Amino acid sequence: MADARVNVPAECRRGEPFEVRISIRHAMETGYRTDAIGKTIPRNVIQRFTCRYNAVPVFAVRMSPGIAANPYLRFFVTALESGSLEFEWVDDDGVRGTAQAAIKVV
Amino acid sequence: MLAVAPTALTQPRALPLDSLRSGITFSGADIRAMQADDFANPGFLWVDRGEKLWRDAPAGSQSCATCHGDAPKSMRGVATRYPAYQDSAAGVFDLEARINDCRVRRQNLPALARESDDLLGLTTFVATQSRGMPMQGSIAGPARASWERGRDFYYARHGQMNLSCAQCHDVNWGKRLYTETMSQGHGTAFPAYKLEWQSLGSLQRRIRACMYGIRAAMPGYGTPELTDVELYLAWRAQGLPVEAPGVRR
Repeated sequence: MADARVNVPAECRRGEPFEVRISIRHAMETGYRTDAIGKTIPRNVIQRFTCRYNAVPVFAVRMSPGIAANPYLRFFVTALESGSLEFEWVDDDGVRGTAQAAIKVV
Repeated sequence: MLAVAPTALTQPRALPLDSLRSGITFSGADIRAMQADDFANPGFLWVDRGEKLWRDAPAGSQSCATCHGDAPKSMRGVATRYPAYQDSAAGVFDLEARINDCRVRRQNLPALARESDDLLGLTTFVATQSRGMPMQGSIAGPARASWERGRDFYYARHGQMNLSCAQCHDVNWGKRLYTETMSQGHGTAFPAYKLEWQSLGSLQRRIRACMYGIRAAMPGYGTPELTDVELYLAWRAQGLPVEAPGVRR
């Protein structure tokens, strides 16, 4: 299932930063909520999110229950050469998500 | 009988058509910006999900696209006409019920649960094909009885607080209720992403939330009561543009 949306410019200029936006479908369950019968809903948040640009890590976040559901991240990466951005994240349940975007440098 | 029997189109309106305001106009600048940017709007996570469900055939069945083709063409304007009377069911269907009807009768698949990500995804994907188009629900013919029940529900007092929908949304809209500005109560942005819910939700969920707020019994999902209210709200919002997926606080 499509669990993330990624947005990068169609073309980037070499040596210049470009904007990366990613929005991930995730409940970011805090562990402080209870269900209808009062049972605690176990915590399940994305623990770590990383972005690699042609296999080189360029951005990473350690997330916490203070971050809202469906996290939306926006950051800048400097364009060096055409290739791909690989996104990866893992939550408390160990479920891994990935996404990728092609980068065209002119 | 000489009693006044106004026709469908000349029903008296508590809110004249030229005074209608979408709920987004009561929101702050940050919510408006979030809804206006198709990437920042989290509702599009569900639109993408719905698009995939529309296109991909489930094992042993046909996809939505097999019959309906290209959604931007075939589903354009559909959401402006729902809820609508369905001959085959001899009742009024909202968009969710219509999609489930197709799943059960045409695709031979089990109905999707209300408020499941899949049903919300498909509904939002279909609804967003009408984005910007004016609501134009029909209450002529057999839909009329449902509209009348919806209207009666709207004006009836409910729950421990003994409030009707009209007391907030017809008479006191624009005023404050704690930190919230009361809207006119139009459902044109739904399914909408509510920040309070941290999720996308249907108009039925939103109506149930109002019922909860006034300490009234909440009609169950998919019940005729809620569909009737949805139809009344669609008629009441006539001419307002569809915003799905909207963003609300």
